[in-house]
Amino acid sequence: MKLRQLALAASFVAAAASGALTAPAAFAQAKEQFFPVLVYRTGAYAPNGVPWANGFVDYIKLTNARGGINGVKLSFEECETGYATDRGVECYERLKGKNGGATMFQPLSTGITFALTEKAPADKIPLITAGYGRSESQDGGVFKWNFPLAGTYWVAGDIIIQDIAKKLGGAANLKGKHIALIYHDSPFGKEAIPILQERAAMHGYKLSLLPVTHPGVEQKSTWLQIRRDRPDYVVNWGWGVMNSTLIKEAQATGYPREKIYGVWWAGAEPDVKDIGEGAKGYNAITMQHGAEPNAAFVKEIMDKVHAKGQGTGPKDEVGQVLYVRGAMSAMLAVEGVRRAQERFGKGKVMNGEQVRWGLENLDLTQAKLDALGFKGVMRPISTSCQDHMGAAWGRIHTWDGKKWQFTSDWYQADEQIIKPMVKAAADKYAAEKKLQRRSAADCQS
Amino acid sequence: MFYRENGQFKTSYAADQQILPIAQDRWAILALVAFAFIGVPLLVDEYLLRAILIPFLILSLAAVGVNILVGYCGQISLGSGAFMAVGAYAAYNTFVRIEGMPLIVALLSGGFFATLVGMFFGIPSLRVKGLYLAVATLAAQFFCDWAFLRIGWFTNNNPSGSVSVSALPVFGLPVDTPLQKYLFCLAVLVVFALLAKNLVRSAIGREWMAIRDMDVAAAVIGIRPMYAKLSAFAVSSFIVGVAGALWGFVHLGSWEPAAFSVDRSFQLLFMVIIGGMGSIMGSFFGAAFIVILPIVLNQLLPAIGHLFGIEISTAAISHAEFMAFGALIVWFLIVEPHGLAKLWSIGKQKLRLWPFPH
Repeated sequence: MKLRQLALAASFVAAAASGALTAPAAFAQAKEQFFPVLVYRTGAYAPNGVPWANGFVDYIKLTNARGGINGVKLSFEECETGYATDRGVECYERLKGKNGGATMFQPLSTGITFALTEKAPADKIPLITAGYGRSESQDGGVFKWNFPLAGTYWVAGDIIIQDIAKKLGGAANLKGKHIALIYHDSPFGKEAIPILQERAAMHGYKLSLLPVTHPGVEQKSTWLQIRRDRPDYVVNWGWGVMNSTLIKEAQATGYPREKIYGVWWAGAEPDVKDIGEGAKGYNAITMQHGAEPNAAFVKEIMDKVHAKGQGTGPKDEVGQVLYVRGAMSAMLAVEGVRRAQERFGKGKVMNGEQVRWGLENLDLTQAKLDALGFKGVMRPISTSCQDHMGAAWGRIHTWDGKKWQFTSDWYQADEQIIKPMVKAAADKYAAEKKLQRRSAADCQS
Repeated sequence: MFYRENGQFKTSYAADQQILPIAQDRWAILALVAFAFIGVPLLVDEYLLRAILIPFLILSLAAVGVNILVGYCGQISLGSGAFMAVGAYAAYNTFVRIEGMPLIVALLSGGFFATLVGMFFGIPSLRVKGLYLAVATLAAQFFCDWAFLRIGWFTNNNPSGSVSVSALPVFGLPVDTPLQKYLFCLAVLVVFALLAKNLVRSAIGREWMAIRDMDVAAAVIGIRPMYAKLSAFAVSSFIVGVAGALWGFVHLGSWEPAAFSVDRSFQLLFMVIIGGMGSIMGSFFGAAFIVILPIVLNQLLPAIGHLFGIEISTAAISHAEFMAFGALIVWFLIVEPHGLAKLWSIGKQKLRLWPFPH
């Protein structure tokens, strides 16, 4: 009997709540630019997903504290994907029409990016995949709605090989060397393979491919192979708990950490913090920025957001690698909206199509970046109809046992290599989908 | 008083043997189907269609398939996710490699290849039973995961291992908008559910149930265990394969092997157990429980928090969702171990007396 009362009470609460569910939407002002935030604060990838989400949300709050985008305030809502594709699609559907329509989406997962690439054009919402997603989507002629701003996995792979070549004293010395790629066995991990193979054919090094299945804690057999083959370098295309496991295995195997390179998803504090000294010498590529505790915008977030008690997440994580990544991703979206406003009317709320134009015509000069507080953090980004990436710069940073330090100068990915690959892959995609390349007239729209 | 069959006389065998012998049931189900086809498109918005109803329909279909194997034939399988994957990738390959392939034929070919794979992995069921069989079918899961990740041919040599399809016409009609997708899935589901329901009432369905209840006794009365078990695997995998193809083609549009991981197999098995083993109706309840409840919880919890003026963080919602979901599973299984379908039939029994129980 008691149970029945309980059930009745629960259903009353549910009924009341469903009434309340619609209420906040009614209060939301029409003058707000809505930023949906797909995050994963739980699950196997949460240690890395949380700082990203905190950075993203804090930057939105900072933008509001700065007075919005020409007076237009930003609103946001988080949705937990848990890095699962079907939940990500559900989140996308849930948020895309809310609060006057989504400005853009940042899926933060290669799997979700692939699924949304099929849906976004129909809904006319741009996808920003800053530094991740599908590498061929930098070809704006085919991928009208995808924006892998400031780098792709192919750029990352290319720069890693450049740095290895430099350490060896020239690309000619790569000949006969052996590089092992340990990758997360998912579309994300596999993105690295084409560029490393292309470079292997060019320079004549041997590439071995070692997949690690989700979530990546089981690597014993992989490291048995490393112990046997003793590759000259190891490239780590991992994410989440896989990275720290990999470094611990390297330690146990006695493989020098100086010879391991991680992708930018594998080069942040959560990956190495617990290992500390053991991870000393471990390298990772950064898509432009690393840990930036002294950047101007980080200080501004501390002053204007955290000091007022509105910060998201712990204070000591502000300015860490993935936090900066989240903030930078938000900044790119905000600047896309700002650019769109320049054409479609300042102080107005932009819709997805207008933001798409803004992202396609993004022109972030060094002066603009410095004004935003990204001095020394980023280099200029300028996109066009054909090029949705905008910049192909990267640096290598190394864990010194306590913090990440830059150990290389700026590298630029070799366009000669990547361009034909992008074009071929994009053409293949267009052929499969029976798409036409965008005409010059379409570029103006 | 309202729900009684008094006065409904059966004058022919056909009338006596129909799926729903009570007229009220027939009308209710017909009204439900009519509502799904006509009422739902008028009422719901795009979010409900794309994020909830389409996945619900497709996973219901898969659960019907799994229920035939697990619920009716008693062969516990943890390979359903793999059969879905086979269906999806086989349909993809026939669709992409053969020029001008109609969508329906591609989907059915997905089912056909899933049947072959399902029968192959069903062979151990002739020797091993129960939990041991579950472990044996787990092999199908891992094998398929491996094959679709490693063998480039299956994914059309796509560097990332992810495949995608678009522009799906059926008999000249496009299946693009969420509404068209919903109606298409609904039509497929209705056809397959009707087929499945009739199969389990027929001679072969009775053979499956005899095997499930006691295979030695079934063999003694002349039922061939090999034929019965393998046919259950075949029919089940076919339906699951078609569901997998729909999941890839219609719901996701672009997918990777992770969409059909071992988690999916467990999910399908839970749907059958919670919905009710050996009940086509139960498959729908189970699918609704597993697909819709987490999403409802996820949206309800912040609203409840809002009611009391509490901001709940995204992570806390997600954790609470898991806890509430788990607690509900345990609660339902304690209250009714035979699944939601049993609750449904108890409700029907009570309805016969309602509203004058004396």
